[in-house]
Amino acid sequence: MMRFLKSGLGVSAAAAVLAFGAGEAFAQAKEVVFGFQCDRTGPTATVGTVLCPGYQDYIALINSKGGVEGYKIKVLEVDNEYKVPPAIEAHERFKKEGAVLEGLYGTPQTAALNKKLEEDKILGTSPGFGTASAADGKRYPYTFPIAASYWSQAGAAMAFVKEKLGDLKGKKIAYIFYDNPAGKEPLPILEDLAKSEGFELRTFAVPAPGVEMGAQVLDITGRYKPDFVVAHLFGRAPSVSIKELKGKGYPLSKVVAFVWGSAEADIIAAGGMALAEGYNTIQFAGVGKDFPVLKEIAAMYKAQGKEPPKEMDSTVYYNRGVLNAAVHVEALRNAIKAKGGAMPTSEDVKKGMESIKGVTLGGLMPPLEITPTDHEGGGWCQIWTVKGGKLVMVKDWFQGFRPVITKQIAADASKS
Amino acid sequence: MFHRESGVFKTTYTADMALYPLPIAKWTVAVLALIFVVILPLSVHEYYLAILNLIFIAIVGALGLNILVGYTGQISIGHGAFMSVGAYTAANLAVRLGLPFWLTLPAGGLMAALIGVVVGMPSLRIKGLYLAIATLAGQLIIEWTINHVPAISGGAQASIEVPRPDLFGFVLNTQGRLYYFLLFFAVLAIVATLNLIRSRIGRAFIAVRDQDIAAEIIGINIYRYKLLAFAISSFYAGVCGVLYTYYFGIANYEQFQLIVSIDYLAMIIIGGLGSVLGSILGAIFVTLLPIVLRILLENVGSLIFSAGELANIISGTRLAVFGGLIIFFLIVEPEGLNRLWRNIRSYFRVWPFSY
Repeated sequence: MMRFLKSGLGVSAAAAVLAFGAGEAFAQAKEVVFGFQCDRTGPTATVGTVLCPGYQDYIALINSKGGVEGYKIKVLEVDNEYKVPPAIEAHERFKKEGAVLEGLYGTPQTAALNKKLEEDKILGTSPGFGTASAADGKRYPYTFPIAASYWSQAGAAMAFVKEKLGDLKGKKIAYIFYDNPAGKEPLPILEDLAKSEGFELRTFAVPAPGVEMGAQVLDITGRYKPDFVVAHLFGRAPSVSIKELKGKGYPLSKVVAFVWGSAEADIIAAGGMALAEGYNTIQFAGVGKDFPVLKEIAAMYKAQGKEPPKEMDSTVYYNRGVLNAAVHVEALRNAIKAKGGAMPTSEDVKKGMESIKGVTLGGLMPPLEITPTDHEGGGWCQIWTVKGGKLVMVKDWFQGFRPVITKQIAADASKS
Repeated sequence: MFHRESGVFKTTYTADMALYPLPIAKWTVAVLALIFVVILPLSVHEYYLAILNLIFIAIVGALGLNILVGYTGQISIGHGAFMSVGAYTAANLAVRLGLPFWLTLPAGGLMAALIGVVVGMPSLRIKGLYLAIATLAGQLIIEWTINHVPAISGGAQASIEVPRPDLFGFVLNTQGRLYYFLLFFAVLAIVATLNLIRSRIGRAFIAVRDQDIAAEIIGINIYRYKLLAFAISSFYAGVCGVLYTYYFGIANYEQFQLIVSIDYLAMIIIGGLGSVLGSILGAIFVTLLPIVLRILLENVGSLIFSAGELANIISGTRLAVFGGLIIFFLIVEPEGLNRLWRNIRSYFRVWPFSY
């Protein structure tokens, strides 16, 4: 028994020594740690396997060019498999390794970490995840959506529809959505707009896992016959919706999809780009390979004697990973500059994040302006449409019905 | 647990049923208590306490499920939903009525027990795979209800933020403080289960599991005990859900979906059905192994691969190794880690004179 006691002590002592030792080693090197959560193996692996390499590649590119103001970045990536307990463990690990910021992955994971981030004073970014009300920097000081929330996407979708139809008055709009909190989130915005713009809104819920929506699509195309369809689906559901709508003869040019139904992979899985001619997608990062930063990444691989990774071909998700990394890097750059080159703390990086402005990466990024009150950075979107076998930009960075969204954020904050 | 038992002979049933099978066990427990209450929290980094916290919560849930599946022989794949029932009950009470955790926690458990009894009703008429499907229906109905009833879920986001628990004005907001909070409930759950199993109720559960017709013939009201098993098991699940809620600071039904039910079933099957130690080992195995594997792979892999490649390799490899290890352990010992531990112990009991 004494032996057991001793070994227990020994193990804990050794663990403690290791833990402290590791902490000191990081403090000495001119190296900054970023935590990054990812899902390469869980239910959203189709996104993660492309998005996360985008993040890693951009950081590798920055490091290959000498880092940020002389600091190299070390990324600690943890695959949370879209489960909540591993996300908590990941956050604690990042904290232990002294991460100055972290990238979150997944809506329930973001929800579970909001409070921890605030207590531990480490900022987390959640582009495309989490609640829209997290844009309110006063309410969630350490959560940064940094990309258009579902509310902003709903505003953008309706602004685009309005442009297409000329006027929304008396028009019929169908909203087909995945029946979970994220799917229902845009409803307040759509209902508000239906009232103010005078269109008729009908909702069609698709139950999880979203691979069966024959009834809903038949209802839309056969009975309701809307002037436009707004789709907010995830996973396999977007490709099913494209196939079903096309199969029932509904013109895809009258469909606009939210950001998680907008990847090349979704369209290809539905039967290919040729079939989906006219399909409209909302994007919060630029699409395609025609950006200098992507060429630099490809060149970096070539210089190492390797082929650029095949993930780069799936530009929608890959570019979102690049965007996420670029925002992290800019926040760090601002923090280091503000400290005159000294090692920034997580608080400094938060201030750096809140002063991001005018970074565009040659058009890959929207004109983000993150402030202490607006953590969403403006809620910018682009619309890309399938034309002639590829996604073509039809509407450059814009904010749809911004006053309605800010009003909703304020209303939500006063409710709690 | 960690001792030889030569020279201990039991002459009465009372002695055989005692909570401490050996006199020396009291010392083992005292030492374990010393390690977990004093030495570990003072000596290790908060990160390791965070992992232990997750394990503690998992232990509560796994114990509950094991009472139902392992001891009573009824299957449930609705335990994730029972957790969400506990979570939302506690969250609503804590936010709307401002109740403290020592009221919301039992309330969450009781509400889950109530729902558990309703979902467990089919067990009176069906068993095995049929019951699995009936409880699966329970899981989906509860998920749907929470998603669509704003009165329960608190709005379209279906998530309710709860304040950190506080005890006499002492807010439990760090991993170290939450460690004691969760350790207390994990120990409570372990002791309660150990006592439950050696009581009349526990013996009735085991009789129902082994042969329900025979149990009925010897005078056990199997309807009552099956529902009781569902109630107790769901109570644990509800408490587990409340603990998650306080630990995360939010109740969100997406944290308790079908996959969670499956994860908990995996824990008790790997750990050992019908065993308290098995539930604990299973909870540790399923929570800890992915973390350990990742750290191992990171350290080994960083010698060969670049950071970007490594991240991709780790994710896949970890999953494959994790699955492989589950298969390996179940082939080596189909009755789980608990049996494996007992085999090792009985080997050393007579070592080095095995004949």
